[in-house]
Amino acid sequence: MAINVPFDAIDVAAAEAARAGWWGIVKDFCRRRPLGAAGAAVVGLLVLVALCANVIAPYDPEKVDFGAMLARPSAAHWLGTDAFGRDVLSRLIYGSRTALLVGFGAAVVGATVGAVLGVGSAYFGGRVDLYLQRVLDIFIAFPLIILALAIVAILGNSLPNLIMAITIPMIPRCALVIRSSALSIREMPYVDAARAAGFGHARIILRHMLPNVMAPYLIMLTSFLGQAILLEASLSFLGLGVQEPTPAWGLMLRGAAVDFAESAPWMAVFPGLAISLAVFAFNLFGDSLRDALDPKLRTL
Amino acid sequence: MWKYVVKRFLLMIPTLFGVAVVIFVLMRIVPGDIVELRFSGESSYASKENLAVERARFGLDQPLWKQFVTWIWGLVRFDFGTSMWTGAPILQEIKLRFALSLQLAIMATAVGILIALPLGVAAALKQDTWVDYLARVVSIAGIATPSFWLGILMILTLLVVFRWLPPMVYTPFWVNPWQNLLQLIWPALAVGYRLSAVATRMTRSAMLEVLREDYIRTARAKGLVEMLILKRHALKNAMLPVLTVTGIEFAFLMGGLVVTEQVFNLNGLGLLFVQAVTRRDYTMTQALVLLVAAVFIIVNFFMDLMYGWLDPRIRYR
Repeated sequence: MAINVPFDAIDVAAAEAARAGWWGIVKDFCRRRPLGAAGAAVVGLLVLVALCANVIAPYDPEKVDFGAMLARPSAAHWLGTDAFGRDVLSRLIYGSRTALLVGFGAAVVGATVGAVLGVGSAYFGGRVDLYLQRVLDIFIAFPLIILALAIVAILGNSLPNLIMAITIPMIPRCALVIRSSALSIREMPYVDAARAAGFGHARIILRHMLPNVMAPYLIMLTSFLGQAILLEASLSFLGLGVQEPTPAWGLMLRGAAVDFAESAPWMAVFPGLAISLAVFAFNLFGDSLRDALDPKLRTL
Repeated sequence: MWKYVVKRFLLMIPTLFGVAVVIFVLMRIVPGDIVELRFSGESSYASKENLAVERARFGLDQPLWKQFVTWIWGLVRFDFGTSMWTGAPILQEIKLRFALSLQLAIMATAVGILIALPLGVAAALKQDTWVDYLARVVSIAGIATPSFWLGILMILTLLVVFRWLPPMVYTPFWVNPWQNLLQLIWPALAVGYRLSAVATRMTRSAMLEVLREDYIRTARAKGLVEMLILKRHALKNAMLPVLTVTGIEFAFLMGGLVVTEQVFNLNGLGLLFVQAVTRRDYTMTQALVLLVAAVFIIVNFFMDLMYGWLDPRIRYR
């Protein structure tokens, strides 16, 4: 029966890694969790592509070229062109900016606000906790995409609004998870000590409790990253997200991509691959991170 | 026990009421109402009086609290009103789509469980071997692949390779089961794969936890056949969390398939919802959101009860 390495062995390894410093931790992570390291590498590559989009993209992603409509993948257009003659590869490269912007924006804000709410809820307890939980329950009962849809309808679909629409449904989910970890931290002697020392609520929550829920926070953050990218793609695909001619992966799958799917399958295949690859990488990395940080935490 | 059931049941009411308040307010914040939208759509000149008359017809001229009270009072009597856009009773409009969405959700869940159980158990038994890694990659890929894109690829493959397209018009199961299954099996596969991803991971982690329990060691020590240990002792106990996530996913499938329905040209609850929101059909949107939330809350309720029934160690307070 395969059973995990004994815990003291892990502790020893972790202590060694800690002594080796930051670089040692990274090396240890790569050795122990090759899948996670591969995910992290792809994420790094994606960030690089997004940052240097204007350097590496062979064409202007919004330039319409009626001479090269629905061109097959060739030396000139590696991944072909779409119904407006726009280069698919260039649009994919620029689309990574949209995806990462929305992904990071929504995940960081969502997880952070959720963490503060969760910790606050656990810290204050009693009435505050009870009412806050009820309110969060209400928002959790809305399916993610439906809440996002309604918010986009209210705010209109500019990029910041889109990020907000994806952020809001994530907050209660994160708050619930963080709260359950924070409940035990509240009982720690150092929190009592901080209170006895006369520190304010804000300081105790931010300086003493938040740093100690870092593990579930990071885990939620990485899992939200992938979800946010998926949600953005879904909303854009429905025509409720990013608007033409801005390049976005979900948007590229819409309309002509489906109509011409048989004669020009590259339009439908590559953007979907990009979405899958990005979300896959984020999840692979997040999964390993979870195993590394907190082996007991359940898959959500 | 009964005290807990009643208390847990009563707790559902404030949550549902909260959902009602939120969606009511949300819809009123959305700029533009159905009257404006209709008149602008017909590109005809509408005088202020005309707009006012139309608004009065829908009761939109009433103060907000009055509109809310009227709506809630209707709900209490199970009267959902009529759709502002089509004028048909909401119950009737929803009934048509509900059958489709429910069937799809059930089929997708079945597909998901059929993939997840064997894969998850295998991954747990062969932890940290290539089987485990493969299961992990397959399941993470399932979460990462948008099911609407998977749907597009399926249709494309069927078309290019088999020169065949699934039927595009919905046939109810009781009219022609074969036609019905031919159409719905594809979206069920696309969505079920995603669901299986979540369930596989849960099965794996739950199995890993259960396999370390003392009673498994006892079962092994008394020389029980491995298959029986797995089936009777391990899997049965590991099913709890798996059931929970499957239940939650199932509830979301009821209203959350907005995009997949679009790809497969299915006229389900998701499509109805998008239409209702874009048309500012207040009554329809409110009814749909409440329905989906109710399904979610009720599934959660039964999950909680099932926990105690399946695992007597869990005590209710």
